[in-house]
Amino acid sequence: MSAARPEPILVLEGVRKSYNVGTPVEAEILHGIDVAVERGEFAALIGPSGSGKSTLLNIIGLLERPTAGKVRVAGRESTTLDETGLTELRGRTLGFVFQFHHLIPAFTALENVMMPMLIDRGRPDAAMRANALELLGEVGLEAAAGKKPAQLSGGMQQRVAIARALSMRPPIVLADEPTGNLDTHTADEIFDLMRRFNSAHGIAFVVVTHDRRLAARCDRRIELVDGQIVRGAAPPWKEEDLRPGARAD
Amino acid sequence: MPFELIVALRFLREGRMQTALILGGVAIGVAVVVFITGLVQGLQASLVERTLGSQAHIVIRPPEEKAQPAVDRKTADVAARVEARPQRLRSIDQWEALLPAVARAPGVVAVSPMATGAAFAQRGTASKSVAVRGVDPERYRRIVRIHEDMVAGEFRLSGTDGVIGIELAKDLGVTVGDKVRLATPEGRDDVITVAGIFDIGNKDLNQRWVFVTLKLAQTLLDLPGGVSTIELTVSDIFAAEPAAARIERETGLLAESWMKTNAQLLAAMRNQNISTGTIRVFVTLVVALGIASVLVVWVVQKQKEIGILRAMGAGRLRIMAVFLLQGGMVALAGSMVGSVLAAVLVRIFARVFVNADGTPMFVPEVGATLVLTTWAVALLTGLLAAALPARRAAQLDPVAAIRLG
Repeated sequence: MSAARPEPILVLEGVRKSYNVGTPVEAEILHGIDVAVERGEFAALIGPSGSGKSTLLNIIGLLERPTAGKVRVAGRESTTLDETGLTELRGRTLGFVFQFHHLIPAFTALENVMMPMLIDRGRPDAAMRANALELLGEVGLEAAAGKKPAQLSGGMQQRVAIARALSMRPPIVLADEPTGNLDTHTADEIFDLMRRFNSAHGIAFVVVTHDRRLAARCDRRIELVDGQIVRGAAPPWKEEDLRPGARAD
Repeated sequence: MPFELIVALRFLREGRMQTALILGGVAIGVAVVVFITGLVQGLQASLVERTLGSQAHIVIRPPEEKAQPAVDRKTADVAARVEARPQRLRSIDQWEALLPAVARAPGVVAVSPMATGAAFAQRGTASKSVAVRGVDPERYRRIVRIHEDMVAGEFRLSGTDGVIGIELAKDLGVTVGDKVRLATPEGRDDVITVAGIFDIGNKDLNQRWVFVTLKLAQTLLDLPGGVSTIELTVSDIFAAEPAAARIERETGLLAESWMKTNAQLLAAMRNQNISTGTIRVFVTLVVALGIASVLVVWVVQKQKEIGILRAMGAGRLRIMAVFLLQGGMVALAGSMVGSVLAAVLVRIFARVFVNADGTPMFVPEVGATLVLTTWAVALLTGLLAAALPARRAAQLDPVAAIRLG
């Protein structure tokens, strides 16, 4: 099963990240990360607080640049891109789901879902609207299309956020504690929704989570400790050391 | 509608209170600038009109007679005191040939020759000192529209018919059809019939001016065939001074413009312009600071949203455009409201400050040029004021912005 796989959707090679470079308080957060995520994978990024998960997610999400090493998203080398190229690559290949839904309060649910397409194409059109409505339907919120985020429950907000993350049909979605702010039942619903998109559309997910229960339901757990990957650097079909419940946390 | 405009409009709509405040600020600023500028322009136009209502734009006179010292002071060592010569009433040399030449000079609209000098107006035992003004009525009415200021009779000069001011008529107790004797220091006198009485709005002139035909004045003043001054009207009143200087240069005569005669008025107008200019600058500054401060707060409040938009692929320039658009739109919308406000103020002004007869004292001039210029300045101010907050928004680090939670 591993031999026929195409180029992974996400590849990190020797990624290091330091803050306050050149000052006495210089600190290296990530010490040489090598990791690859295949197309259609559903991976959890786990690790204790302060292990560098968020920094790693920001680097994968092209929101921060690594101090050293290479990041390849959808076959494109990001370290050589300028600000504009990076912004464009981010907009087209990556979807984001945050812990706090981060919907824009001034816009309706539908407009929030349309937003990434609007940013990409410059002005709204009918196809954009239809696309956004379809996505809202897929997350079960067609009826709430005209509502502002403040009029929706936490779970609904997060579902709109997922629809928004998917609106550009990105090959990969990054989720930072997407269920961290929700009760168990709603968290399960959101998780199921993401899994459904994963299997139905072949979209890869990288989910940062503290929730062991949910991590266990992912295809693979990438475990980060003190800025280094201790487990799950390669998919399970390449590396046999990861089975459900095998984490040492 | 492009993305930037959609977001800018939505942000403005969402922050209704802030939008209303900023709009109000711009509107009041624009209203103040438009109204004050219009007020001063109207006031100045009315002042100039009143001043020029009884004055020629340029008056040409013969050159002053100079004393000719008998001894050349450069070659001889003498302690001489040269006394200025008394100026007698003289005619302008070759004025008939000069008239068409002056009339053809650029900017000159009308010319009127005049023989003017001192005289006494006598009736019974009353004797008043007056200025005899011998004119050609057809030419003169294009210099001073005195025919519009008649209170009795008409501005008709022929033979021994003359026109006097309302104050003189009162002093001498005469009315239209009565006779008045004019006696000059030249030792001549004649009796004129009052054909009309004018009220030019200036008591002194109403007392002193006596209009007669050019011919009669020439006889009375002992200036046979001569004129003592030539009066001119020019198309651009504020170009009168250079025009006068040119005439002086070309003819060797004295030419004095109303601008020189009324130097004080012009200085006062200049000072007025400086003070309104200062007010304009400070109002603009206050408006700019208002827009900038509200937008700065806006950027801080919208940090999270800006971060999300950036994460979703909106570049720095587009975020900047959103805030520049907000600044520009509030400035433009505020300008429109402000112009309406200024128009209302003008109406109120014209109704409150009226003359005794109910006509407005003067109406502030609020023209399209003034309004459009103010809009343009407001728009520019809005954009400049938004530039700093917009830059700040564009430089927000999306990661930090998102972290705010």
